[in-house]
Amino acid sequence: MSTNVTRMPGDISAGEHRKQVISHQLGRWIPLMVLAIMSGVVLAPIMWTISTSLRTGVDSFTVPPKWLPTDFAWENYAQVFETVPFARQILNSTIITWGTVLGQLITAALAGYAFARLEFKGRDLLFWVVLATMMIPIQATVIPVFILVRSLGLFDTVWSLILPATPTAFGAFLLRQYYLTIPIELEESALIDGANQWQLFYRVYLPLVKPGLAVLAILSFNFHWNEFFRPLIFLQHANYPITIGIFQLQGYMMTGSISVVLAGVVVSLVPVIIIFLFGQRYLIEGIMRGAIKG
Amino acid sequence: MKSPTTTTGVGGGPWHWLMQDTMEGLRRRRALLGYLFLLPTLLGIFVFTAGPVFVSFGLSFFQWNIFKPPDFIGLENFERLLEDRRVIIGLVNTLKFTVLAVTSQVAIGLILALAVHRINRIWLRYYFRTAFFLPLLMSGASVAVFMGYIFHKEFGPLNYYLTLLGIPQIPWLTSSDLVMISIAIISAWRNMGFTFLIFLGGLSNLSQEVLDAADVDGAQGLRRLWSVTIPLLSPQILFAMVTGVIGALQVFDEPYIMTRGGPGNASRTLVMVMYEHAFKHIEFGYGSAIAIVVFLMILVMAIVQMWLWRNRVFYQ
Repeated sequence: MSTNVTRMPGDISAGEHRKQVISHQLGRWIPLMVLAIMSGVVLAPIMWTISTSLRTGVDSFTVPPKWLPTDFAWENYAQVFETVPFARQILNSTIITWGTVLGQLITAALAGYAFARLEFKGRDLLFWVVLATMMIPIQATVIPVFILVRSLGLFDTVWSLILPATPTAFGAFLLRQYYLTIPIELEESALIDGANQWQLFYRVYLPLVKPGLAVLAILSFNFHWNEFFRPLIFLQHANYPITIGIFQLQGYMMTGSISVVLAGVVVSLVPVIIIFLFGQRYLIEGIMRGAIKG
Repeated sequence: MKSPTTTTGVGGGPWHWLMQDTMEGLRRRRALLGYLFLLPTLLGIFVFTAGPVFVSFGLSFFQWNIFKPPDFIGLENFERLLEDRRVIIGLVNTLKFTVLAVTSQVAIGLILALAVHRINRIWLRYYFRTAFFLPLLMSGASVAVFMGYIFHKEFGPLNYYLTLLGIPQIPWLTSSDLVMISIAIISAWRNMGFTFLIFLGGLSNLSQEVLDAADVDGAQGLRRLWSVTIPLLSPQILFAMVTGVIGALQVFDEPYIMTRGGPGNASRTLVMVMYEHAFKHIEFGYGSAIAIVVFLMILVMAIVQMWLWRNRVFYQ
């Protein structure tokens, strides 16, 4: 970095200027270095996990640690499925997650529309009540819900997770925001064209809030695919999802090969990575809407 | 529901009040539709969220397991709780974790957002945003499993690099003094992507006029950062702290998977203690009492959050 300032005897502003140029350059390079280091800190454990999942057992904790895959012991992945009922667990996770996402989309699409576009007595009060329930942590409800689920005979079924997660205050709130952005003139012209109230909702509004539905679906899929606490309580052996599967793997493999455990971890991350590649925009939008515009 | 007595217009029949082809009929149909559309959500929230909160409160005054009928014991559960060593350790561990995890994820997220905001190259911005965001999508379970190996005292890659620097092997997860700190570091590793996104969003919404005015006034570098940018970001910082605290008070997956609450009780959290009483020992009453403690702590934070949100919901 060169400064174009010609130094003159007795010119103090030249030194001042030089200082400014240096601090400007530092201001450019220091953030870049911080970011480069921190992105390394974030990505290195993920790289190590992937490359170690492909190592043979004896080389799992190889020194120095290798960050890129060198050998490809795909048999680790096969062994995951032999150690725990992993195929069944993937299926369980898939059913529970999709069931919940579908239930949330339906109830939230309806509730969000009611809150945004229909007028009725007590609407704003009900909206605040629903919003307030967003603040209730799972721990404050899990014991009574457990008792209820048992008495309904739903314990250790996928319904014990899907049903209680279907009504979603967050989803209703999120979709309400999307409905509110649609110009009311569309509604008026549809009514003039003879649409009834159901057609107005189903044919006019619903297609226009598809981005909102996508945001809710992706956030909800990611959250419920990753759930650990509720499945631990509501399900047993055969019905366990993949998160508990990798926990079991880790338990069995305490003395064995960690490469197999990490292969399980990598498999559990596959849907998450797919979402990440194709739905990142929706995820970020969802987080921002939940937070900033909150 | 509106009563049918105000019916005007022609025709008759029992559904006339609803189906009549007037503005009044239209208004009524829309109101009815509103209640119908809300029904699944309201019913579901009542059965699975709002109702159970009150039941939890009620249960905390009972001694009950599934095999014997419930027995009302007044405040005994709460008296027992005050003298229960595991509950107190769990509370202390949870608070320690909360302070460490929330301050670090807010501070690091802020630094990362400020740095990325200064970067002009689109692909570089995209790369950093993607990198910091990725761990946020992973399950607590999977992060706990691989981080458990990375933080392993003898074989973990982390200690390998530290020994190269001449630092002796650190018992990250096996020392009572360090274990909560390590879990907080791991949790911050995952959650800083969230605070980062919040702050980056806040930065891009900052009014350029205010920043230009600061330039004219000669506010530069760190001084401008400290006295202009950070105060302008205070709503986002508060939000990140409040949601961070609410999440951290519920910490369960990571310590349960990495250390099973050990060594000893050194990483046993309040929610873990609640889980053990309610679902291992089937003590629904005592478990509920601990759940109520967790709930009340979160309620305080939630009220702060509602207060922050008070003017933000109805505009748009």
